[in-house]
Amino acid sequence: MSIQTKILAPPPQSPFSKLARFPWGTYAPLIALLVLVIFSAIASEHFLIPRNLTNVLRQVSYTGIIALGMTFVIIAGGIDLSVGSMVALVGVLCVMLLNWFGDGWYAVAMAIAAAVAIGALLGALNGLIITRGKVASFIATLATMSILRSLTLYVSDAGEVVSENQLFPEIGGGYLLAIPIPVWVFGVLAIISHILLKHTAFGRHVCAVGCNATVASYSAIKVRWVYFMTFVIAGAMVGISSVMLSSRLNSVSPGDAGLFYELDAIAAVVIGGTALAGGRGTIFGTVIGVIILGIINNMLNLLGVSPYLQGTVKGLVILVAVLAQFKGDR
Amino acid sequence: MSSENSLANKNHATATPIMQIDNIVKEFSGVRVLHKVTIDIFPGEVLGILGENGAGKSTLLKILCGIYQKTSGSISFAGNKVEIDGPASAKALGISMIPQEFNLINTLNVFENIFLGSERSQGILLDKKAMRVKTLQLLEELQTQLDPDALISTLSVAQKQMVEIAKALVSDVRVLIMDEPTTVLTAHEVKILFALVERLKARGVTLVFISHKLKEVKQLCDRLVILRDGYLISVDDVSDIDEQDMARKMVGRELNQIYPPKISCAAETVLKVSNLNIKGLLQDINFKLHKGEILGFAGLIGAGRTETAEALMGLREVDSCSVQVKGRDVAIKSVADAVDCKMAYLSEDRQGKGLVMNFDIVKNISLISLAKYVKRLIQGKLETQQAQHYVDLFDIKAASINSELINLSGGNQQKVYLAKWMDTEPEILILDEPTRGIDVNTKKEIYHFINAMTKKGMSVIVISSELDELIGLASRVLVMREGKIVGELQGDDINDQEIMYYAAGLKQDLTKSA
Repeated sequence: MSIQTKILAPPPQSPFSKLARFPWGTYAPLIALLVLVIFSAIASEHFLIPRNLTNVLRQVSYTGIIALGMTFVIIAGGIDLSVGSMVALVGVLCVMLLNWFGDGWYAVAMAIAAAVAIGALLGALNGLIITRGKVASFIATLATMSILRSLTLYVSDAGEVVSENQLFPEIGGGYLLAIPIPVWVFGVLAIISHILLKHTAFGRHVCAVGCNATVASYSAIKVRWVYFMTFVIAGAMVGISSVMLSSRLNSVSPGDAGLFYELDAIAAVVIGGTALAGGRGTIFGTVIGVIILGIINNMLNLLGVSPYLQGTVKGLVILVAVLAQFKGDR
Repeated sequence: MSSENSLANKNHATATPIMQIDNIVKEFSGVRVLHKVTIDIFPGEVLGILGENGAGKSTLLKILCGIYQKTSGSISFAGNKVEIDGPASAKALGISMIPQEFNLINTLNVFENIFLGSERSQGILLDKKAMRVKTLQLLEELQTQLDPDALISTLSVAQKQMVEIAKALVSDVRVLIMDEPTTVLTAHEVKILFALVERLKARGVTLVFISHKLKEVKQLCDRLVILRDGYLISVDDVSDIDEQDMARKMVGRELNQIYPPKISCAAETVLKVSNLNIKGLLQDINFKLHKGEILGFAGLIGAGRTETAEALMGLREVDSCSVQVKGRDVAIKSVADAVDCKMAYLSEDRQGKGLVMNFDIVKNISLISLAKYVKRLIQGKLETQQAQHYVDLFDIKAASINSELINLSGGNQQKVYLAKWMDTEPEILILDEPTRGIDVNTKKEIYHFINAMTKKGMSVIVISSELDELIGLASRVLVMREGKIVGELQGDDINDQEIMYYAAGLKQDLTKSA
């Protein structure tokens, strides 16, 4: 044994030691994305065509916007499973209101404002149940997930709700400087979210609450308020996403809209390096996570992989991301 | 060290030691906390281990129970070299420890706890009858009247301790280690415990007893080991050493070297607390704090000192309380309110309640006072500059100002904690066990800093279980017991004996506290 110790004794002073000190954990999602892009470019000639790329970005922007809100919730130590059902309910109500408001841009503007407000309100409802009722966020949003989906079906009588406004599809289907509007919205919201998380007192408090709520409360932070607000933000984001999605399709189908969005959003957040236990995470990571998921979906389509297997691949990617995180922690 | 070895064996030249601790060294990430400690323990004796906090007592005993692994040295048990590589192997040898915080499961009853991990069974079913009978037998032996079916949560602290002892006896204990068993007991319960120790001795059990209380040690032990800063200082027969010697050997230096000279405070009252009540915890707490004063709060664990501080900071719901800060009535409902009143509170639980361990130094320091650094957005530069100011002021040692707190030593964490609250510019500072688990040097720095701040007019409340700290720092000490202030000491009255008399309920002076 003593011989072994002698051999092991000198600390590793190789040129690789610098490499080992590089914060791999921070950049892992970005590196994974680059590798994926290179691989995709080689594997399919269609991948790098601008039209394909903008399509990928448009597809991911709906869940991406939701994932931005989810990032706040998860960093604060919670989870929101109700976002998918919320997309459907807000979408249905939004289109119904739009039809009630009539034609023209005024009606569109009012419907969008209403959608964001309803989303924030539903988020506030989640937040109230969780902070005032002291119900674990997993359970509370599991319940509202079921309630909101059922209300959606009831309100719409389980039938597709179609917009009668001619201008509405312009929002989700339109382009600005050759980039789809939802992508712009996603980008702008990502920047706002990043600033909110990293450069405001609120964002700092969200991280503190997620790290250790007791320490936060002993540090004069309004823990319940901060936690509550993360759900409101998540709800508002759902509202915006819902507008993008329903205007793209010009209709909402109450049974399918937003189905499994909560899983995609959570997966994107986790792939982006945010700890599911709370306390640390970045918006930048979430954006990368969202795009990784989008490219994987796109590639599976381009390569003609059975759509039934796509879930398997997505699941494996999530597992790898989480395992990599755990390694980084040790 | 050979002289101590011979000293250790003086009166036991003929007996064979049950345990021989030979040149034990323990290092934590390169820092040596035990320096070649050599002790022989003889069967049937009561061996006392004395030392200040951080002297290495607990580390040594945790090595004996297999909780920590020694870095080098050897341990022999009953003449054979043994490797105690985990609690299970200590248990197999018959070494048991009764920790300060009991390891009992509150939702189980007495006999279930006693047999936890060594359940008797008949086939696949538990043999509850046998366990009850054996429990009754053990409790009788301990001369304790307890219902084997009583839930642990319904027992008093002393009764829980009896259950712990019974639990040790069930597994045929040969060496029983007790970590400060009397701190949580009343004077009467201490007497019962002492009688029990005699009976255990008669059974041939060897006892190792850690304590801070010199008198108890003198009364109870046969021999005394004194540790200081990880070194074995002496092993004496208890008849050869008096309390002064013990204190001198434990401290190893004059007390006035660590503590700054006390300064007199102004007559102005900055904080007046009256009629503070929390049902079941605090009863009619009244006191005043003067400008520039260091007011000590003494008392046993659970006497209500932390609860008082937390109530003042708006962290606990109170049944009644009126607080005046600088003559103005204030209602403190939250920590934010307390911060507005220029009050600060450093919790005893630094890691659990004080600091965000995954945040760096900068973010921890600015956490409460963040508004100062926000002009629309957080001004990172300003924030870092201010943190650097504190790092220099307190001489905080870390790889970088962006090091996460988890990578700092306890002493440096405490300095960050202090900086965090100093950044709110408090006038009233409440320190709860400010030097727990901190090395002597950092302690000294913190004491001198507190002193310097009182000179600038800050008023300080120090809650401490280390009597030396209160005696060395405070110009006035309030003693709490069972949720009440039972005594007030000033000047030369602030000494070990007076404080303990009040804390243990031997003396009570309710009129003074008003």
